Amino acid sequence: MSLKALNIPTIDFVGKRTYAIIFSAMLIVLSIFSLTTNGLKLGIDFTGGTLIEVGYKQGVDLAEVRATLSGAGFNKANVQYFGSTNEILIRLEPQAISSAKLSTKIIQLLGNDVDIRRVEFVGPKVGEELTNDGGLAMLYALIGILIYVAFRFEYRFSLGSIAALIHDVIITLGFFSLFQFEFDLTVLAAILAVIGYSLNDTIVVFDRIRENFLSTRHVDPSKIINGALNQTLSRTIMTSLTTLLVLLALFFLGGEIIHSFAMALLIGVLIGTYSSIYVASSMILAMGITKEDMLPSEKEKQEIDTRP
Amino acid sequence: MNQFSALKNTLIAFFLLLSALYALPNVFGSDLAVQISAAGDAAIAQSDLDKVKATLESNKVRYKSVELVGRRVLARFEDNKSQLGAKEVLKQEMGRNYVAALNLAPSIPAWLSDLGGKAMSLGLDLRGGVHFLLEVDMQAVANMSLDKSYNELRTLLRQDRLYKSINKEKGSLLVHFKTLAAKEAGLSLIKSELGDLVILDVTHENELYVSVGIEKGALAEAKSNALKQNITTLRNRVNELGVAEPIIQQQGLERIVVQLPGVQDTARAKEILGAVATLEFRLVDEKNDPQTAIQSGRAPIGSKLYYFRDGRPLLLKTRVIATGENITGAASGVDSENATPMVNITLDSAGGRAMLDTTKRYLHHRMAVVFIENKVETVLENGKMVKNRSKTQDIINAATIQGTFSSRFQITGIDSAREARNLALLLRAGSLSAPIEIIEERTIGPSLGADNIAKGVMSVIVGFILVLFFMAFRYRVFGLVANVALTLNLVMIVAVLSLLQATLTLPGIAGIVLTVGMAVDANVLIFERIKEELGSNSNIQKSIAAGYDKAVLTIADANITTLIAALVLFSFGTGPIKGFAITLSIGIVTSMFTAIIVSRAMINKIYGGKKLEEISI
Repeated sequence: MSLKALNIPTIDFVGKRTYAIIFSAMLIVLSIFSLTTNGLKLGIDFTGGTLIEVGYKQGVDLAEVRATLSGAGFNKANVQYFGSTNEILIRLEPQAISSAKLSTKIIQLLGNDVDIRRVEFVGPKVGEELTNDGGLAMLYALIGILIYVAFRFEYRFSLGSIAALIHDVIITLGFFSLFQFEFDLTVLAAILAVIGYSLNDTIVVFDRIRENFLSTRHVDPSKIINGALNQTLSRTIMTSLTTLLVLLALFFLGGEIIHSFAMALLIGVLIGTYSSIYVASSMILAMGITKEDMLPSEKEKQEIDTRP
Repeated sequence: MNQFSALKNTLIAFFLLLSALYALPNVFGSDLAVQISAAGDAAIAQSDLDKVKATLESNKVRYKSVELVGRRVLARFEDNKSQLGAKEVLKQEMGRNYVAALNLAPSIPAWLSDLGGKAMSLGLDLRGGVHFLLEVDMQAVANMSLDKSYNELRTLLRQDRLYKSINKEKGSLLVHFKTLAAKEAGLSLIKSELGDLVILDVTHENELYVSVGIEKGALAEAKSNALKQNITTLRNRVNELGVAEPIIQQQGLERIVVQLPGVQDTARAKEILGAVATLEFRLVDEKNDPQTAIQSGRAPIGSKLYYFRDGRPLLLKTRVIATGENITGAASGVDSENATPMVNITLDSAGGRAMLDTTKRYLHHRMAVVFIENKVETVLENGKMVKNRSKTQDIINAATIQGTFSSRFQITGIDSAREARNLALLLRAGSLSAPIEIIEERTIGPSLGADNIAKGVMSVIVGFILVLFFMAFRYRVFGLVANVALTLNLVMIVAVLSLLQATLTLPGIAGIVLTVGMAVDANVLIFERIKEELGSNSNIQKSIAAGYDKAVLTIADANITTLIAALVLFSFGTGPIKGFAITLSIGIVTSMFTAIIVSRAMINKIYGGKKLEEISI
């Protein structure tokens, strides 16, 4: 200890939980409202369709490209710049001529001096399957976590952590819906990673809550929970900061393809940090956790204490 | 206290050195190379190596080295120009039985590759290339099986004139027998002769009718055979394209994944992969004039109008003698009698029998080979997915039957040796029985691949350095220890990826970046706990030990739950998600080792066993 004496903060997290609940409720209502009205701007991974990224030697006029395409009957083509004016992204919805050959036709239309950087074609059936698999992946991840936490802790902790996770997922999805950022496979992966991350945070807090229940004579659950939140606070902040640092590097330097992915993780990590402090612990408090509920784990605790 | 046994320290050092060793191959760059492999299953011999060397030398192509690596010859070059030149001359000189393909060969020192050292395998998004997901039209396979059974059934029952009619119904055949006795005889014939058919329990109004279906197992086998056949055919075609390290794999029951690293001309790749052809052998209708049929717009009964590829019309009999499904082999050659090009065909037993019957009866008549291409496309029409099937039929050859034959025969009358070779190839490839549809395509151009590597590596480095500074600033000596652990963690991830030869993709790099962020979490947990213990405990050594011990369970809990999420991602994810899940899972496991055990070993070396007044944390 060269720096300073240890000072554990004494912030009254639990006392302010009413505000947190109101804040979370507002975010969730807003998210669900946006999700039901705006929906998600699904990428071709889920809707099916064709996406072509081409590079030009010089800047190119979008209107010209659109004219070329609509001249050949591709009226619905969505053309936009991607990163710079030298690169464009062309999107085509699944349509009557939709097939793997579509991209070949478009490339022929654009001429020879373009650099084909990326072509993605997803058939409608594959898109549907990816959507189903994505939903299933999320569901199974949640169920697996539910079982593990119930086994390691107690069912109320399990429900508390799942509530926090659903909270995080809905708000992250809501963010993507509200700002109409494109939601593709990589964003889905990011959201699943957020589940893992947010859970990580929550488990650390829960671990401390359980420990404090067993080691102190306090019986007031809200005091114990508040103590645990304060004890783990500097860790929570440190970890969030380091993770945010690398995510910012990814967001700014990882390139356009990684952009949405990094964005989803940034939002998710922020929300996840908040939810493990406020949502998860508020939930277990509301469900009436007591010292007695922790006793089955007594034996385990002794084992830890008697270690050299 | 706080000292590890010598054995434990040695073990830790051993693991770290091992990781460093297997991460090492990634440090070396790679050479531009051309690889030559045998087109079929044939092995590559020393003589092939010598021929490659001789070819390059006689064409004055400068090379770095030529060596035999596994089942291929690898020639390395200094620059792009000699690489491309070498590919051209080797393709010509080595002939059709060899595949010459451009490749990048990692230049790992021999001692390292002898120890099993390999560089990480990069995904298509990093090296450029095409990924196709193809779906076999299983409905067509079922229909073809039914057609085949229909013909077999007719042939079987015709011998004793047992039936009045046989009609194809949805998934089954309805047989109308002449009499009850004929029905008895017919059913026992079916049971003994046609094992693939089952008599469906149908209580038809008229007891002379019996419904017959294809047995479930037989149908499943037909489907799995169609898939396997298609994979083989695709592999042959990819060999024709000349691709280094292609991946052609079954996915599920009706899909095939084809990955072609480095292929630029995707239009050609699609054309060659997507060409779904089969053959039919039919007799030529010599009695009627095709021109009359064209003018009247109607072909005579029992005949159908077909066209050669150059547009010449010809009337063919409707009855099919044999199809591409009956072909088990095709090879081009030269007729020994008059030195003209020919193709040797081998048919299966059913095809052979039919061919024998036909050639006996129609000696000196002409027989035509019809090339049929079935296409299938799924399109969205009025919000519904519809499968569009289309069919083109061309006569590729019509030759006179010179003698009776059965399962082995030759097609002669072919113009050139080149045409014979092409025909043999088409026939071999033509045994692809079911139509294929490309249902997913992902192409990454080489420029984007290079960009992705550069950006990915840049973000890992920058994120990494930021974290290093942050940790050193916050935790002083302990922070430096965590930084060493973090660096070792990166080395271990690279080593494990290289050893497993798991494919590294851009989302995989993102997974590594995320692991860097999360790996420090374990150290943060430990260090924060040590600080806490120092506040309540005057003994510094005890505080360090308690900090580690108490944090370990928390770290394990937190990491196992993240690992659950990663494993779910791995099992459900495709492509990008899988790549992310792999590096995340590996990162979680290695980070537990480096952050807990390696950092403890270092802290023990620095502070262990001493009487401490203060520590720098």
